[in-house]
Amino acid sequence: MQQSLSGKAKTRPLTPANVTVGRRRWSERGYALLFLGPSLALLAVFIFWPMLKTLYMSFFLTDKFGHITVFNGLGNYRSLLQDASYWASLGATLSYVAVVAVLTIVLGLILAVAAQQQLKGIGFFKTLFSSTMGISVSVAAIFWLFAFNPSVGVFAQLSQALHLPEINWLADPHFALLAIIITTVWMNLGFTFLILFGALQQVPRSLYDAADVAGVAKRTQFLKVTLPMISPTLFFVTTVTLIDAFKSFGLIDLMTAGGPSNATNLLVYRVYQDAFLNGSYAQASTESVVLTLLIAVVTLVQFKLFGKRVTY
Amino acid sequence: MTPIQPVVAHENKRRFKLIGRYTLLVGLGLIVIGPFILGLWTSLLPTAAISKGALWGKLSFDNYVTAITTTPILRYLLNSFVIAMVTTISQLLFCSMSAYAFVFLKFKYQRPLFALFLVTMMLPFEAEVIPNFATVRALGLLNHYAVMIVPFLTTAFGTFMLRQNFLQMPKELKEAADVEGLSHWQFYWRMTLPYAKISLLTLAAYSFLSSWNQYLWPMLTTFSDQFRPVQDGLRQLQGQETFNNWGMIQASAAIVVIPTLIVLLIGQHYFKAGLNEGAVK
Amino acid sequence: MTIQLEQLAKTYADSEVPVLTDVSVEVADNEFFVIVGPSGCGKSTLLRMIAGLTSISAGQLKINGVLANDLPPKARQLAMVFQSYALYPFLTVAANVGFGLKARHFSAPEIQQRVAHALKMVNLTELKDRKPKALSGGQRQRVALARAIASDAKICLMDEPLSNLDAQLRARMRLELKQLQQQLGLTVIYVTHDQVEAMTMADRVMILNEHQVQQIDTPINVYQNPKNEFVAQFFGTPQINLLTATVTGHQLQVTPDFNLAVTRPLPEGTALCVGIRPNQLQFKLTSRNANARIQTVAYLGDKLVATARLSDDQAVRLVSAETTTLAPGDLIAITGAQQVVLFDNATGKLITTEQEVAARATIAVG
Repeated sequence: MQQSLSGKAKTRPLTPANVTVGRRRWSERGYALLFLGPSLALLAVFIFWPMLKTLYMSFFLTDKFGHITVFNGLGNYRSLLQDASYWASLGATLSYVAVVAVLTIVLGLILAVAAQQQLKGIGFFKTLFSSTMGISVSVAAIFWLFAFNPSVGVFAQLSQALHLPEINWLADPHFALLAIIITTVWMNLGFTFLILFGALQQVPRSLYDAADVAGVAKRTQFLKVTLPMISPTLFFVTTVTLIDAFKSFGLIDLMTAGGPSNATNLLVYRVYQDAFLNGSYAQASTESVVLTLLIAVVTLVQFKLFGKRVTY
Repeated sequence: MTPIQPVVAHENKRRFKLIGRYTLLVGLGLIVIGPFILGLWTSLLPTAAISKGALWGKLSFDNYVTAITTTPILRYLLNSFVIAMVTTISQLLFCSMSAYAFVFLKFKYQRPLFALFLVTMMLPFEAEVIPNFATVRALGLLNHYAVMIVPFLTTAFGTFMLRQNFLQMPKELKEAADVEGLSHWQFYWRMTLPYAKISLLTLAAYSFLSSWNQYLWPMLTTFSDQFRPVQDGLRQLQGQETFNNWGMIQASAAIVVIPTLIVLLIGQHYFKAGLNEGAVK
Repeated sequence: MTIQLEQLAKTYADSEVPVLTDVSVEVADNEFFVIVGPSGCGKSTLLRMIAGLTSISAGQLKINGVLANDLPPKARQLAMVFQSYALYPFLTVAANVGFGLKARHFSAPEIQQRVAHALKMVNLTELKDRKPKALSGGQRQRVALARAIASDAKICLMDEPLSNLDAQLRARMRLELKQLQQQLGLTVIYVTHDQVEAMTMADRVMILNEHQVQQIDTPINVYQNPKNEFVAQFFGTPQINLLTATVTGHQLQVTPDFNLAVTRPLPEGTALCVGIRPNQLQFKLTSRNANARIQTVAYLGDKLVATARLSDDQAVRLVSAETTTLAPGDLIAITGAQQVVLFDNATGKLITTEQEVAARATIAVG
């Protein structure tokens, strides 16, 4: 495509007559269009345009069909900030996100360290530890709905057997969010384990050998050698977990539907409710913008810290 | 010279340590797969027994038979499979093409366009469902496979991940191809893709699982069992079985989880390697 | 195929300092042309400009008389062998060799025939179904060569193709490469940092340093008539001795007890740089009229390499027959040199060369 020379022409002598000059640049542009065009068009239609539209709608009022009616300036944002229930949602989301991230990292790290041992059959345990990655949201919800069930669930039966106060996990506003957190962390474990395990494997053995020779205790080695060495990965996993947690929707819809008394009405679920159940599209758009900002901040921090490594 | 006694003591200590380590691993393993085992176990029990809170009873595959014969669970699985397969293949194609453009082509606005792709990674799809819903409705895609495939034909993440991988190809390979006269398409198709095989497999596993796990979007856009994917299908089953036919629901969950576990087992190795590479290095 | 470079220059877009300036040469058909220089001198850049992988900032490149500055690499009808060999790990040896032919729409039988021929030329026929991973370094290198052969291009550019091989293999491959070039009638432009490679293989050598051409000539001429100090130092092992001296009458005084008689009149009192190859320095083991003291002696089997110190502390390298008995501390008298090369002390440029120069301990009167 770049050149008219091909096939048998190759063996002809190089003379001005059978070479074409200057078509190369056009060709590169054509390729760029061919290679990048489809992705760019799709992203434009399904990511950029909707983002702008959402932002636009957040400055207007809408009717119940989602059509724009009146310009409202920052009115939607103002009413959002004055809405106590929104603040409650935001608070619940932030605590959910933070607790999920901490528990996921700590438990994932414990699993990853445990799986570092040189033992027979360790491969089996590795597979076991990473298995929750293959469990989809609705399946996880079913497993845990059953476990949390007040009459037949394991938790209920355990507390009965141990004569502890019975908790109706999903119906109790104090515990519903915790139940969602437990389920989310469980779902996250497989992925987190796998990534952290890989990072631990990449710490050069020689660092530990040197520490052993110097007589450094194992615990100190973990704190001073292992953690710093895997800190980029830890950070990566943390931000991925945070971003995922901000976007949580499935588990909530399946397990609590935002209840009881809005205790698990996290940001995405709220957007869904306001837009598709209540028909308050403008309000839902405003909430979407806030959600995007929160996620963008986490992602930006991630890019900043990985910038040197991630982009050239 | 060395007395025998300490050796035996040492041997015993070693054995205890070993037992301790295995106990720890088994304990952690149980915590991780406990809910899964519990679900699998109850799926084999009669619902009557489960409702009484019993964890023992006559084991059978009755629940599976019920799930398969009385619910569209297999149809849901098929739907999800079709959607995930098409999405995966198209993501591999489009992401690798755009990654190729960013690595091997020179064109105007290359850097700003790449920045645009990076920005895309910051924008959550969940926050854009309202205009997207309007778009697919206008396109007449509602309640069809296409509605769950078209918006996900490409991803910025996949492009980014493959770009990182392509950048690691020795530049001499491209230069040798230039000298030999391979066109961009030839180099892309015959050299770059085979070279990046492992990353492509990683991306495939990732794309497949992401598509398989879609929940919000299909819930908004599909209304019939004919197209409903399995995640929303399970929700449908739960909703219908108001009186909690736990055995059957667990059996359905088990039917759903098995294909993903297979994908995972196959893809695990690549997944780990690829994600570490794409993300952290 | 001839290649003409006319005042080629390269300056990268994001920098003001040129990587190469004013490179002019005409490489003849069937010539083995070596570009040599230290790392960072721009030699690889020059090769890549000829290949079309790097753009040309100024000057003209003509291949067979055709202006090729803006031709894409493919249209220049050349083959290239890379330092890293650039083999595709997922292709077999045969597929690697034939990979460009398919792109040029050759027919399957022709590809097969060319690949078979190329593999035979480099003795790899038996390994044709292996992957590069299963080959030794030398074998990979041959695959890269076979690829160049299969392309049937009459110009072959080589970028340090032997530098990843061990010393013995490298020596053997030098001979094979040279034979191959002659058999196939190739015009080769060969980049290396290794002076031995340059000396043993080249018809002509171009020496690059600090972004400029230092000299272009046959290996013998480069060795015997280096145009400047850099070239003199670059060739020959052990390195040439460069001593500072002052013109005193018809002599060059290196130290008061070490003077060289030169025939060419030079301005009195000028400071010069005298180049003498260690193997061309003549000396006697004697304490009478001694002007240097042996410092180190290394026995290399077929010869001795020694260093000695002159009375003003300048070091001198010497080579002598392996039968000589030399020990550190011995006094020697340097008696002359088969050839001395004189350089301008300030610019490093060649002034003149003199043959059969005698050395005396004292300045001869008259």
